[in-house]
Amino acid sequence: MGRKEEILSLLERNAKLTSEEIAVMIGRPIDEVEKTIANMENSQVILGYHTLVNWERTASASVTALIEVRVTPQRDMGFDHVARRIYRYPQVQSCYLMSGGFDLMVIVEDKGLKDVAMFVSEKIAPLDSVLSTRTHFVLKKYKMNGTEFNEQASDHREAVVL
Amino acid sequence: MNMEERLANTVRSLPPSGIRRFFDMANELKGQVISLSIGEPDFVTPWSVREAGIYSLELGNTHYSPNQGFLNLRESISRYMKNRFNLTYSPATDIVVTVGGSEAIDLCVRSLINPGDEVVIPEPCFVAYQACVWLAGGVPVSVPCTQADDFKLTPDQLEKAITPKTKLVMLGYPNNPTGAVLSRTEIQALAAVVLKHDCLVLSDELYAELTYEPAVHSSIAAVHGMHDRTVVIGGFSKAFAMTGWRIGYACGPAVLLAAMNKIHQYAIMSSPTTAQDAAIEAMNNAEQYVAPMREEYNRRRRFVVNACREAGLTCFEPLGAFYVFPDITVTGLNANDFCELFLKEEKVAIVPGHAFGVSGEGHVRISYAASMENIREAMVRLRRFVARRCEHA
Ligand SMILES: Cc1ncc(COP(=O)(O)O)c(C=O)c1O
Repeated sequence: MGRKEEILSLLERNAKLTSEEIAVMIGRPIDEVEKTIANMENSQVILGYHTLVNWERTASASVTALIEVRVTPQRDMGFDHVARRIYRYPQVQSCYLMSGGFDLMVIVEDKGLKDVAMFVSEKIAPLDSVLSTRTHFVLKKYKMNGTEFNEQASDHREAVVL
Repeated sequence: MNMEERLANTVRSLPPSGIRRFFDMANELKGQVISLSIGEPDFVTPWSVREAGIYSLELGNTHYSPNQGFLNLRESISRYMKNRFNLTYSPATDIVVTVGGSEAIDLCVRSLINPGDEVVIPEPCFVAYQACVWLAGGVPVSVPCTQADDFKLTPDQLEKAITPKTKLVMLGYPNNPTGAVLSRTEIQALAAVVLKHDCLVLSDELYAELTYEPAVHSSIAAVHGMHDRTVVIGGFSKAFAMTGWRIGYACGPAVLLAAMNKIHQYAIMSSPTTAQDAAIEAMNNAEQYVAPMREEYNRRRRFVVNACREAGLTCFEPLGAFYVFPDITVTGLNANDFCELFLKEEKVAIVPGHAFGVSGEGHVRISYAASMENIREAMVRLRRFVARRCEHA
């Protein structure tokens, strides 16, 4: 793994690490780490620092849905144009171009089932190039971005074993 | 009836662990303390390896294996030893699969030692070495290694420790508790002394996979002339986070391995079948499983060494295993008091260095086989504790 990749994989797991801590862990000077991170931010290798939230454990639960969208690609613009019209909505968390039985996978998060349904029927389905949509609601999140939900991190090892 | 009196002399005279009291204290506080005292990985066995064990059970592989272990596991070990350390062992005659490296150490000692035979043991070291020698009726000859030598046995020290009665030299590098690793040159120099005096070597290489740049592990068995007088103890516990599976192995000259297998056969029968099936998966894709853990250990290692030094403790750079072994004498405390007070005042458990031999006095063993969050918090407390103690001192 290269230096950049190592820093990235550390930050991807824990964005709260300071440059100082990273520098110690990978055995490089702090200013080198700071510069590398700044460069990666500028060149948009690093796009942001987010917090992974289990909203189910809060008062403001929301629903997540995966929407399969079939579209006709547009001349000169392929899928990008219609994808952009969809992913610009703030409810859309992620949007991917897919191989296989459908074209766009749109992941939407909203307050309730109704809000998602309305969003699909009012904003996505009516688009000219959209042929069909299929909405799947998420019932339970087991693992997200490499983190297992509801796993108790506890240490069962004996206190002193030589 | 006084049962105590009826116990075998060797067992009765086996000195109990010097830090028993500390063990009890740490275990009483278990759950309320951060433990950096543990000599086993915090990682769970990689899922694919666990899955191989589960699959083995699904197939109904619940029977004894051949005494030396399944042939396909021995073949995997043989291939691994060749590819990884350039050591050649025949799966048919030179390898026995054991219940952990622990059993392999015991088998080797019992197969070689007659009453009165001397065994050279550099300290600080894993606590089982002396006990195994003692129980076999041998005489453990401890060699105190020092911080000045990064806790490595020097050829001079070895030369001085060897007598006409010396049969075996036990080497444990990468080292528990110090993290010391021997370079190829250092190993060659030790091998020369061993050859000169026609001794045998037990090389405990349980931590062979856990060395960190720029160190690389090289086995003394790979030195010219040493292959046929060395037993290499290998394991899965540390490299693959498989401590609870109880599996390890020994590789060495056929005649000795046959003797070891004879004891193994009567005392143990065979190692756990499920563990053997899981171990095959571990061996066949070793680097894939070890690399991510090794990288993570290395980051923690740098973090802990840095924190110890910032706290004001002298700390040589450990390049193997998952331990840091700082010198705590600046605090004016001995290792035992340091650990007891650190446990009481800051709720962090670490192990006094003298538990691993007298030359460990003045040092403590900090295990970084713990989560980064726990390590970070423990190091904050270490800094606070050392600062407070240095004011007193
Ligand atoms: C140096 C050394 N050798 C051998 C062992 C025994 O390991 P196992 O019996 O789990 O393979 C240990 C365990 O702590 C060790 O530290």
